[in-house]
Amino acid sequence: MSAFFSYLVHGIAVGCGFALIASGLIIIYRVTRVVNLAQGMFAVLAGLAAASLLDAGLPHGLAEVIATLAAATAGLITGVVAIGKRGTHPEASLIATLGVGIFGYALEISVWGDQPRSFAGLSGQLELSDFQVSKQYLLIIFVTLVVFGGLELFFERTYFGKALTACASNPKAARLVGIEVTRMGLFGFTLGGALGGVAGVVLTPLSPVSYDSDMPLFVNGFAAAILAGLKQPVLALAGGVALGVAEAMVAGYAKASYQSSLALVLCLVILVAQAARRPALQVADQ
Amino acid sequence: MIAVEDVVVRYGSATALDRVSLTVGAGEMVALIGANGAGKSTLLNAISRVVPTSKGVIRIRGSFAHVPEGRQLFSDLSVDDNLRLGAFRSGDRQTAWIYELMPELERVRKQRADSLSGGQQQMVAIGRGLMARPDVIAIDEMSLGLAPKIVQAIARQLAALNESDGLGVLLVEQSARVALSLCSKAYVLESGRLVAEGASRDLANSCLVESAYLGSPLEEAT
Repeated sequence: MSAFFSYLVHGIAVGCGFALIASGLIIIYRVTRVVNLAQGMFAVLAGLAAASLLDAGLPHGLAEVIATLAAATAGLITGVVAIGKRGTHPEASLIATLGVGIFGYALEISVWGDQPRSFAGLSGQLELSDFQVSKQYLLIIFVTLVVFGGLELFFERTYFGKALTACASNPKAARLVGIEVTRMGLFGFTLGGALGGVAGVVLTPLSPVSYDSDMPLFVNGFAAAILAGLKQPVLALAGGVALGVAEAMVAGYAKASYQSSLALVLCLVILVAQAARRPALQVADQ
Repeated sequence: MIAVEDVVVRYGSATALDRVSLTVGAGEMVALIGANGAGKSTLLNAISRVVPTSKGVIRIRGSFAHVPEGRQLFSDLSVDDNLRLGAFRSGDRQTAWIYELMPELERVRKQRADSLSGGQQQMVAIGRGLMARPDVIAIDEMSLGLAPKIVQAIARQLAALNESDGLGVLLVEQSARVALSLCSKAYVLESGRLVAEGASRDLANSCLVESAYLGSPLEEAT
């Protein structure tokens, strides 16, 4: 029972990280119709940057915020490359995000080398009845809930959030009422970068990151995003947590090496099932 | 005020508009009629800068709103949100006056736009255009798919706004009967070229318009 609870909490915490990455993917996809293949890179960049800033003596909190802002800036740059030229087809933009991701690899190797880096998160355990829970896990869950609560309020209660939804719903009509759809897309990329950055700074204390950690993070985030139908960021929370828990259980009760295959298998199953009805990525367009 | 002068729009090698000129003066109600594919929507899209022009000049004095063909609502959002987003440029997001103008929308204000009937959706689309507080509103295929009773109701509202606020209207219609009855001036577009223009009353009696767009009463009835 104790092992099960431990796997469960670990899975929920890691799944929250996946959900943060997925929410960034969904926001970018909704506004621009572009699947951002550089999404995992934002998390890696923020994780590596936070580790360096903490090494340089910056206090916790400030280092993570600066690292997240760096990821948001990377998101904006990715957006400029991918959709900055008006009329760029989403498929061309997708390839552009792949290019930015590969450039990110090179940049990260030149700055941080190829060795994994990490930093200490929140230390200590919290006693819950007979169980002990790492405070870092609780921090991840808390941060994720705050972020998703903020996203929900932003999209449901603010005029700017509604304008973003309008761009996703009908870009032509959005242009006709005066909304700058490309600017909104760039904002979507920036927000997506920030969400990837938050995922990076909360997950790095659990698992060291290196330049090539972006692909597993992307695959897990993408699996959570398509579990949510690439539509609602909030649904990605459920998708991410379900995936995180499933992976933790597989790693705990079966074999750790099967864990990384789970998201890929899940992606394949969902995409094949959707493609059987319609082209997979157009499902979310409806 | 809108002034379109010798505008040419090309899609690749195809010419969609060929030296088209048109004006909508302040407080004027103007109809643009023509068959499907004549270039009417292209002209509106050119005025809205949605499609680029190859030649010619388009001048807009004052504010302009475009209600596109097919309503093009934000289907994920409520009626109220759709209307408020219409004010993205003007900034005045108070929707009460639209509900006064179109009381039928008030009871569905919280509903998603895609759950409405065709007539209600058309009202939302026009209401969203009006929220921009335009000097001229261009409406593409206002009557398409709507019952005559609803078309008449919307037409009455537009006429009332024209009368009270001096709203200019550019009405793009396949249904020439509706357009000519509502507007004082009309243009006839055929295969991307203007083939006739003048007072609606005169055009309604012209052989060209009568035979091509108005048909016999029997045809209209069927």
